[in-house]
Amino acid sequence: MSATTSTERQRPSDETPPRPAAPTVSRRRRARRPYLLAVPAVLLCVGILYPFFVGVGYTVYNFSASNPQPDFVGLKNFTDVFSSSQFWDSVTVTGTFAVVATAVETVLGVGVALLLYRSSLLGRIFERVLIVPLMVAPILAAIMWKLLLLPEVGWIRPIVEAFGFTGYSGTDDPFWAFFWSIVVDAWIYTPFVAIIALAGLRSLPNSPFEAAAVDGASWWLTFRRLTLPMLWPYVLVAVIFRLMDSLKMFDIIFGLTNGGPGGATTTIQINAYLESISYARYSKGITYMFVLWAVVYVISMFLVRYLRKVQTRSAGV
Amino acid sequence: MSTTTEQPTDTGRRRKLLTGLAANVGLIAYFAFSLMPVVFILALSFKADADQTTTYLLFDPTLDNYKTVLGFDDGGSSYLRFFMASLITSVGAVVVSLVIGIPAAYAAARYRFRGSDNLMFTLLSFRFAPELLVIIPLAVLYQQLGLYDTWVGMIWVLQLVTMPLVVWILRSFFQDFPAELEEAALLDGYSRTRAFAKHVLPLVRPGIAAVSLLAFIFAWNNFIFPFTLTSSNAQTVTVSSLAYLGGNQVRFNLVAAGAVMAALPPLVLALLIQRYLVRGLSFGAVKG
Repeated sequence: MSATTSTERQRPSDETPPRPAAPTVSRRRRARRPYLLAVPAVLLCVGILYPFFVGVGYTVYNFSASNPQPDFVGLKNFTDVFSSSQFWDSVTVTGTFAVVATAVETVLGVGVALLLYRSSLLGRIFERVLIVPLMVAPILAAIMWKLLLLPEVGWIRPIVEAFGFTGYSGTDDPFWAFFWSIVVDAWIYTPFVAIIALAGLRSLPNSPFEAAAVDGASWWLTFRRLTLPMLWPYVLVAVIFRLMDSLKMFDIIFGLTNGGPGGATTTIQINAYLESISYARYSKGITYMFVLWAVVYVISMFLVRYLRKVQTRSAGV
Repeated sequence: MSTTTEQPTDTGRRRKLLTGLAANVGLIAYFAFSLMPVVFILALSFKADADQTTTYLLFDPTLDNYKTVLGFDDGGSSYLRFFMASLITSVGAVVVSLVIGIPAAYAAARYRFRGSDNLMFTLLSFRFAPELLVIIPLAVLYQQLGLYDTWVGMIWVLQLVTMPLVVWILRSFFQDFPAELEEAALLDGYSRTRAFAKHVLPLVRPGIAAVSLLAFIFAWNNFIFPFTLTSSNAQTVTVSSLAYLGGNQVRFNLVAAGAVMAALPPLVLALLIQRYLVRGLSFGAVKG
């Protein structure tokens, strides 16, 4: 096993790109060309990185609307943030939100993809409308759900009461506010996971499944031993995208609950928004964001490394 | 003899029928959940004021909400201006992304140069960067440069959203395209630029079309940038939809009509180009 993977890893697939054989062009010009082509994109990166670094610079000043001539305060913003319970509360909310939402979307998305893959007539019809929630702007989705959840106008109250539950409170209750923001996130992004899983399912080779069918393997065994491991590199991409995105989710929570009630849905992003935009304490808000960015960056680096490993391993199978 | 062979096929068939039924029930349940908010908001947007707090589906539909939102009642059609701002800034962002992104994507697909991996990862990391981090410095910079609340300013920041998408997806399209064909054109005496324009570009045109529409949708649906960097002139339609939620007297049917209209262009586009979109959206998984 290890021998095959190590030889397979040296496959030329994406290690050596096709060498541009251009006999009419001199070597020097050829060597320069990719840089010239990439220059605009690099300039663009610089154009975006400039405000980014200015922002990072603000974290060591006490820049706010009431203090437009900021002075250098060193790491005070960071110590302030790290010592505030408000920050740690929002870390808990953000982490819980990201993990639960990603888990729900992954399970639901793979499930929907498996159902659609059977390609019944119903599946073909539904596949056409699968992307609808994904194409509605998240802020509009939040508004739609907000109305849907309102006790006075929405359909959720009658549905909940039809099942015999009383005391429906929409998003007024802390637990349910968090619950519904997960539901809205899952509503939008389950199709994203489903699309990627479906693309993965359709690219899997047939022969292992035929062999399993001949051997009389049960559906569950086939799923656990064949489908899931072979699908994992695809699902992992979806998981990475969902985890990174939901860590910095803003639109849904801002539109649905605005962080409330009482901080139940106040994520780091919401805190940063409140600090920097609502209270105009720019430095503090940006410090929140910087911490979040650093965490997201580190997590994504590890996840991308793990993804590469999974992908090379599955390419060797 | 015949009974023993028929018995397993019969249970097999019944089992297949049952799993098929279960699968369809599962699909119906999911899609009921998936489409319910859309049906609800459409219904609400056609409800008269008197009906808006009823949850029934049976009511006399009216177009009044759309007329009000579009400004036919008071003559001032600010909504159309927001719509135009969305259109212009989204198209502008896509055009700039293509002009800058196509060469970069081509370079990343065809050459391995120093820093190419870093460039690609930097571009991808924009996708994961929390937008608020750059918004305050950008707002300060925009005030100084006079870009605050302008279309140009919006086009510039929407790059953050569209450029990584364009470069990453187009790179995979360029990689799919065999380099041999290009080299054959070069051997025929074409210059590199002409070989690209004559042979490569036409073949990736469907990819460019798909990625443009996807980028347009992402730009249109962006909320945080126009929300924080515009106030009236360049305010987009997704931001203005929030306005109906404010105030003491919330008219839910107006909110619904505004949301429907703001959501409509991306939705219609998405359903038209669904096949390409799905490929674009799953590029990461397929290409790695």
